[in-house]
Formats: sequence, C-alpha cells, structure tokens
Amino acid sequence: MTDIYEILRGQKDADGNYEKKPVIVQGITGKYGSAHAKLMLEYGTNIVAGVTPGKGGQKFEDKIPIYESVKEAVDVTGAEISIVFVPAKFFLSAAKDALESGIKLLVAIPEHVPIRDAMEAIELAKKKDAIIIGPNTPGVIVPGLIKVGIMPATPFSTGKVAVLSKSGTLLYEISNNLTSAGFGQNITIGIGGDPVNGTRMIDAFDMVKDDPELEAMVVVGEIGGDSEEILAQHIIDTGFKKPIVGYIAGRQAPKEKRMGHAGAIVMGNYGSAESKISMFAKANIPVAKRPGEVAVLLAGKMNS
Amino acid sequence: MRLLEYQAKELFKEFGIRTPPSISSKDIEKGRKDAKELGYPFVIKVQVPVGGRGKAGGIQKCSSDDEFELKYPQLLNMSIKGEKTRAILLEKMADIEKELYLSLFLNRSKRCYTIIASSEGGVEIESVKSQTIREVGLGDVDAQTAKEVANEIGLKDSQEEQFVEMLQKLSKLTIEKEAELAEINPLAILKDGTLIALDGKVMTDDNSNFRHDELQQYQEKSELEEQAEKSGFSLVELEGNIAVIGNGAGLVMSTFDLVTDNGGKPATFLDVGGGATTETVYEALTLISKMKRVTGILVNLYGGIVKTTTVAEAFIQAYDNNLIDIPVFARLMGTKSKEAKEMLKDTKTKMFDSIEEAINGVVMEANK
Repeated sequence: MTDIYEILRGQKDADGNYEKKPVIVQGITGKYGSAHAKLMLEYGTNIVAGVTPGKGGQKFEDKIPIYESVKEAVDVTGAEISIVFVPAKFFLSAAKDALESGIKLLVAIPEHVPIRDAMEAIELAKKKDAIIIGPNTPGVIVPGLIKVGIMPATPFSTGKVAVLSKSGTLLYEISNNLTSAGFGQNITIGIGGDPVNGTRMIDAFDMVKDDPELEAMVVVGEIGGDSEEILAQHIIDTGFKKPIVGYIAGRQAPKEKRMGHAGAIVMGNYGSAESKISMFAKANIPVAKRPGEVAVLLAGKMNS
Repeated sequence: MRLLEYQAKELFKEFGIRTPPSISSKDIEKGRKDAKELGYPFVIKVQVPVGGRGKAGGIQKCSSDDEFELKYPQLLNMSIKGEKTRAILLEKMADIEKELYLSLFLNRSKRCYTIIASSEGGVEIESVKSQTIREVGLGDVDAQTAKEVANEIGLKDSQEEQFVEMLQKLSKLTIEKEAELAEINPLAILKDGTLIALDGKVMTDDNSNFRHDELQQYQEKSELEEQAEKSGFSLVELEGNIAVIGNGAGLVMSTFDLVTDNGGKPATFLDVGGGATTETVYEALTLISKMKRVTGILVNLYGGIVKTTTVAEAFIQAYDNNLIDIPVFARLMGTKSKEAKEMLKDTKTKMFDSIEEAINGVVMEANK
C-alpha cells in the first residue's frame, strides 16, 4: 500500500524536520478553491502549482503558476499531492487528469459527486497505486506540517493521536476537545460523508496504525453503511493494542432518511448506530455518548 | 431518491420486468375509475416511503364497491411510521406458488454492486438465512452469473430462463438509473410457473439527479424541503417542536441525538452546510419561521474560521424584522464569542458555552 506518511511528510532531515512536500490545487481560481488555497498557504502548505483549464500561464497571488492540466503541473513541479475543488459533475475528469499524471494522493473536496463517478475514480486509483481521500471530505492534516484540506487550523495541534472521521465539523469539534485536553494529533483524515469513499475507515486505519509515533486513535463514525463494523472486526483480527475511542453520530436518526450526508442513511438494520456501537464494544472500543466525552474516555484509556 | 412502489414498478415496466396489472391514484375519484378499469377483486396498497406497511394494515383486499368506498379513504388518510400516504395503488391479485427475493445492491464497503438472491422472499432480507451473494463490479450482470445465481436458489429450466432475463433487466435498470438499490421482494413464482415482480423498491443516487431529468417526476418534496435545497441546505422534517440547526451533517446529527436523549422532540434536522455566515443562518431561520409547530430553536455551529458575531447578527436581524419571536438557544464556536454574547444580551437569543447547556434550555422551553 502507498504510504500516506511518506507522501505527506517524507523523511526527517538531520535536524529532525520533515520535508515540505509540494502540493497542486485543482480549481485554484474558483471562489472556494482560491479561498482555501490562501488558507493552506497561511498554514504553511507548500502549494507549488494550480490547475485551471483555460487559465494556464496566469499566476495565483502573483506567485503560484497556473497550468492547463495536472500533467503540465506535475511535469514542472514533480508534485505527488493534489487537492481538487472542481464542481461535483467535473470531478471524474479532474480525478482522471490527476491520477493519470502521477498524483499519488488525491484529496477530493467536492460534495455531491455521483456514486458511479466516485467508483470509477477509485478503480483508476487502485490501478495507479494511488490514494483518494473523499469525495466530500474536509481533507487531511498533519498538524504543524501540512494541511491539505478545508479544515480550520485552530482545532488542531501537534501530537500523537490519529483522528479518522466521516464528518467534517465533528472532526473539528472533537479535535478541538482533544487539543484542549492535551491530546495533540499526529494526523487527522476526513473519510467523507458519501456512500462510497476513496479511503475507507479500514484503509485509513491501515495507513496510520504502524507509525511509531502514534499513541492512540479516535474514530468518528456515523450512521450508514458498515465501514465502522468492518473496521471493528479488523481491529479484533489484527490485535491492535493501542487505545482507541469511538463516537457514532445519528443514534436517534429516523430510518430511511438521508441525514445531510449522502451516505448517512439507515436501511433496515444496515447502517444503524446500534450495529456500529455493538461492534465497537466487541472490539473493546468505548463509544462516547456525546462529542465532548471523547477526550474524557481517551484519557481513561490512556491511563489504564 | 427513494421511489414508491408504483414508481419502481413504472421503471420495472419500462425495462420489461413483469408486474401484475395495477393503477395508481391520489384521490378517490380517480380511484373509482381505476377500480372499474381493473375489476374486482384487487388489493389496495398504500404508497409510503417506509417499509413495514403490510404489518401496519396498509395492504387490504377489496372485492366490492362497498368495500372500496370504506377502505380507500381509510388507507388514503393513514400514516405509517410517521409517513403519510403519498398515493394508492390498486393491483390485481396474483396466484402465488412461491416467493423469492432478488436485489442489486451497492455494497458501500466493497465499493461494488452485489446481487442478493434467496429462495425465501416476502420478508426483510436481513431475516433470511439462505442468501446467495455475488459481487458484480459496477452492476453489469452477464448471463452466466445470472444462471449460476438462479441455480443456487433452486431454479431450473423455464424458471431459470425467466430469472436470468429478469436479473439482467434489473441490472440494466440499476446501471442506467444509477440506483443504489433495486429490489424485487417478493419475486413470485405463480401457479402457472411464470415469474413476476410483486413488490419493488428502488433507491437512486441523489447526486446523479442532474443527469436524470426523467426521474424528477418522482421527486416528492415538501415546499420547505424545496426551499432548503435552493439555499443549499439539507432538511429533514419531523413531528416534534424543536428546530435543530447546525453546520455539517455530523454535528447536526450529534445535536439531534442529544436533544432526543434529553427528552426533546426535534422538528427539523437542518444542516446549513460546512461554512456558516449571517446569510445562511438568516435563511435557516426564515425556513423555520414557516413551521408553526416549532416552539424553540436550537443552533449549534462550529465556526472555526467564522466569527460568531457574524452569526449573532443573523439572530438580531431575524428579531428586528419580526421573522421569529420564539426563543433561540445557541452554542456558537468560533472567534469573538464574548462580543456575540454582548450583542445578544437583551434579545430572545440565549448564548451558551456548551451544547449541553443549550439543549437543557431548549428542551425546558419546548416542554413548557
């Protein structure tokens, strides 16, 4: 599997600092793309190129060159990371452009990407040995080093807890609580709220679990699908021993209604909160009743 | 989009999947005409977007005008699990020998479609032990795979052939309409040996709506839901009296859970989207103001980048314009929360530092 840490931070230099990996922004001239490109730059993300067909040759903020295609941008910069801000209906072609040009980590921000398009992009990513995070994700952040996403900077701090979350705002809320309680984050990954995810809970777990600096994990799930159940079984099977705490949103949601996220829907028992919470219990993962309780449960686990 | 049975069956017909003769209506005048055309006896089936209607009495046999006049209005006015009847389907009864199950289903974790088939049908598939499951990538089912599935659930000869044809048609429907689920349950073998779809359920991918104009006729949205969609919000309406508003689906779900845990009854699930501005919050309050049963509003926003004062501005405008006069209980994360509190001091909006406190407040208010 492609190593997400290698892609995002590379190796430490003699002074113990990680590399500043180059990042491409697809859709950098759009309202949303340009606003977040600026925020990522402020955070210290090394944005080296933008891509907007029809605007090749221009510059973003007078310094970052804009190219016609990802291929051109990759040829010049050698970047392996791209973040996509295009409208949902153009996502598939943007993803193909990126994956066929050698992008190894594609962060897919758009919401409302058709499932079939997401599935096609994911198939291509598998062939190219690349990672797609999303669609409908807030992105990925290694606090203090690199932010490839739309998350605010304030909730996050450097540390040793990995946070995996389907929801964006719950990721911010819970990371903020963790930060206040002294649990900084080693990485946080937004899985996304769509029915089909480029990086599933289980993939994200496998990507981060072997990092020697990792001390604990927080998994923020929600109703819909069975990725939490599958993750729990995988945790049992692999015998992962570091502390994990969970949270599941949507316990009281009515059945067969989409609760905001395309993927947040219970059909029969498929996707129900009870099913997820009981599998977490089997895997010895305590589940917080409310977001504010996550840090408390984690503290309990770390001390036991 | 979750299609009602009669809508799913219209798709079945379009794709050549056999269904019993049936006609749908939304009022009794049309129903009477349908009854005459169809001829007694038939079954009257309520059309609701939830399962379990048989048990709830939503399917009734009917064999005379008298019975029709009695049962049609009853079924038309019924609610199942909080869902009002959307339409009525009159359908000829079938002479059933055996009931099977068949669906094509998007397996989200495996990120592929799966065929699920069983020799036991007519019940919820989760309760069925003997299931045949086949993964079929993006949903295309070849004849060989369909044949193997038919054999595994015990079909031979002519029934095997009919099943293969039906499954391949269902696969075509799934791909062309971008369905997350296309289910025939029960798929009946009739006494004459032929196969027929007795009930159907189809869920399509809302995100692909933009390339399926032909499905828009099936879209059943309330006026409020339509307005919400225009504003880029997602709204689910419920029967309670507390309007729950927030940004981000996960955060709103979480707030919704806590309100219910604490004895409150939500009237809405309203997600204004990841960002929050004066405009989006004002628009959300505009939507809520149209719901007369709401007696308290709970707002939970994680702003991050957003200044809470910009959100507080929305509440002040809403009161100034007499948009709302019911109390708002709000928890706003973001910068400048002290200033926001100061701004709202003498208004009906109460600001809280924690969501738990805000929920206590709104539940007490709503249960007054």
